[in-house]
Amino acid sequence: MNTKTERAMLARSKPVAKPRVVALRLRILRSWQLYVLLLPLLAHVAIFQYAPMYGLQIAFKNFRASAGILGSKWVGLEHFERFFNSYSFWNTLSNTLLINLYELIFAFPIAILFALMLNQVTKLRFKKWVQTITYAPHFISTVVLVGMLFIFLNPRTGMVNNLIDLLGGERINFFGEAAWFKPIYIISEIWQTTGWSAIIYLAALTAVDPQLHEAAIMDGANKFHRVRHIDIPSIMPVIMILLILKMGHFASLGFSKVLLMQNDLNIDASEVIQTYVYKTGLVGAQYSYSAAIGLFDNLINFILLLSANQLAKKFKQQSLF
Amino acid sequence: MAKTDAFDAVSRIARSRADKAFDYINYTLLSIFLLIVLYPLYFIVISSFSDPTAVNTGGVSLIPKGFTMEGYRIILNNNDVWRGYRNSLLYTVLNVVISLALMIPGGYALSRKEMAGRNLLMFLIVFTMFFSGGMIPTYIIIKKLGMVDTMWALFVPSAVSAYYVIVVRTFFQNTLPEEMFESAKVDGCSTFRFFFQMAVPLSAPIIAVMALFTAVSQWNSFFSALIYLHNAELYPLQLVLRGILISSQMSAHGSDAVVDPESIAEAQRYAELIKYALIMVASIPVLVLYPFLQRYFVKGMMIGSVKG
Repeated sequence: MNTKTERAMLARSKPVAKPRVVALRLRILRSWQLYVLLLPLLAHVAIFQYAPMYGLQIAFKNFRASAGILGSKWVGLEHFERFFNSYSFWNTLSNTLLINLYELIFAFPIAILFALMLNQVTKLRFKKWVQTITYAPHFISTVVLVGMLFIFLNPRTGMVNNLIDLLGGERINFFGEAAWFKPIYIISEIWQTTGWSAIIYLAALTAVDPQLHEAAIMDGANKFHRVRHIDIPSIMPVIMILLILKMGHFASLGFSKVLLMQNDLNIDASEVIQTYVYKTGLVGAQYSYSAAIGLFDNLINFILLLSANQLAKKFKQQSLF
Repeated sequence: MAKTDAFDAVSRIARSRADKAFDYINYTLLSIFLLIVLYPLYFIVISSFSDPTAVNTGGVSLIPKGFTMEGYRIILNNNDVWRGYRNSLLYTVLNVVISLALMIPGGYALSRKEMAGRNLLMFLIVFTMFFSGGMIPTYIIIKKLGMVDTMWALFVPSAVSAYYVIVVRTFFQNTLPEEMFESAKVDGCSTFRFFFQMAVPLSAPIIAVMALFTAVSQWNSFFSALIYLHNAELYPLQLVLRGILISSQMSAHGSDAVVDPESIAEAQRYAELIKYALIMVASIPVLVLYPFLQRYFVKGMMIGSVKG
């Protein structure tokens, strides 16, 4: 290297780092007002999201309110071991996963199917009616929904049992039998969420290029063909993203509904991780133990989310990150 | 040539036949689903003013039998329901105000390109969608803040949703053209001024959508109230409903404040009637407003579905 080029390079390379730092500082200074606008939001997230994450360390300690989060004694993985060895572990885990699995098998595809069907409706008036009515249950609160279930499924006075009686069957005590819990949960879920969940697919379907359909018609494709070969592939990315997001909440969905539907008779089929955390932690005041279970639940979700995302990537489908 | 024409004609007939079959199946299935969704709602409406004995024995199916306003009368004379109503309204309004005050400016700031470190900040917010401290640590923090057994615990901790922040940010990215900033900058308009005088007036749709979503979720939520409130004076409507609609059935769970419908009603006969009327009274505000606001809700879903 001759000195000339060296000097030139030095001249070029030396001040590079400095202006960058200066420029960053300038950018921050110049837009300080933006940070002021963001500050309340960030403060909120810090206090109500990140502080509890910091508080998660009590899962590895014996939390005593008098000693505080920091002052409590470390006990390592004791609480986790206790949970894994307890009778509740397999029961709550399998209920949690099963309820979500049923939802994935039944509720999730029904919404997609519903959107595909509704998209093919040409009578606009009919379409609007269907939409307005099927969205409505989404706005009914969980408490009212479960209240409705109790009313309709009441063994003595309920509409469903009156019908069974009329057809000559035996009246069923739906909430008194553990076997009925999951079917009731899933069916009511489908009733409440199908219309609303379909909105996002309908939005994706309106973005499908009409020329594709025209070309397909020219080639002699009927509606069955077109739904299968145009509509479904077009909304596949949206389906994948929602599926991944669903996996990320796999272990914690719909927990307030479960809590309301629970009673002593169906507890074996209805105790999920979250309701167990609520009972041991907030009702039973075993903070550390239940925080450990909550963390375990969160980790399952996180692992499921990442694996779903990886799988989607592998199959060249849409992925979140 | 003639051959292909004939072939075309045959395939067109085949296609139109298949299309007819498709439409027939499609309309039938959709109509059935529509009725399945509609009937329970309709049944509640007609049962709420029908003769309770007829309702309980299955005598009411399509048209109301008899007529009584007794269910409504008993509810409207019940103080718990009124108080729950008042509380819920107050919480809902406060929740909307706080949520918007946090998420609109914050989402706007995150949408600006000149903001250094915005990707990191965005990541910190989005991360909370997938990982959180969970119920117990959150409870401890809120207890530390002295919010337990106050109304603030019901809407302050849940005022921000990461998903809505993404929606707000996406909205601002898509609606405020870059040229607007340029010309504003040339005119020497400050960031604050631009936000309050240009961005906020233009963001009416997103403000409406966010207000609606947060209002409905607050009106319908009951779990935070169950965790944080002991004082029955502060109970929102949903918790009062739970006492009447659900806890009375769960005789095994007598641990929390149970309002036994039989004690409100003078007779067992009215217990179910009260529930029908109560469901009506509780759901009317949302269901009456909803057809008018449906457009906004759908719009909100759409904004969210665009990748920001």
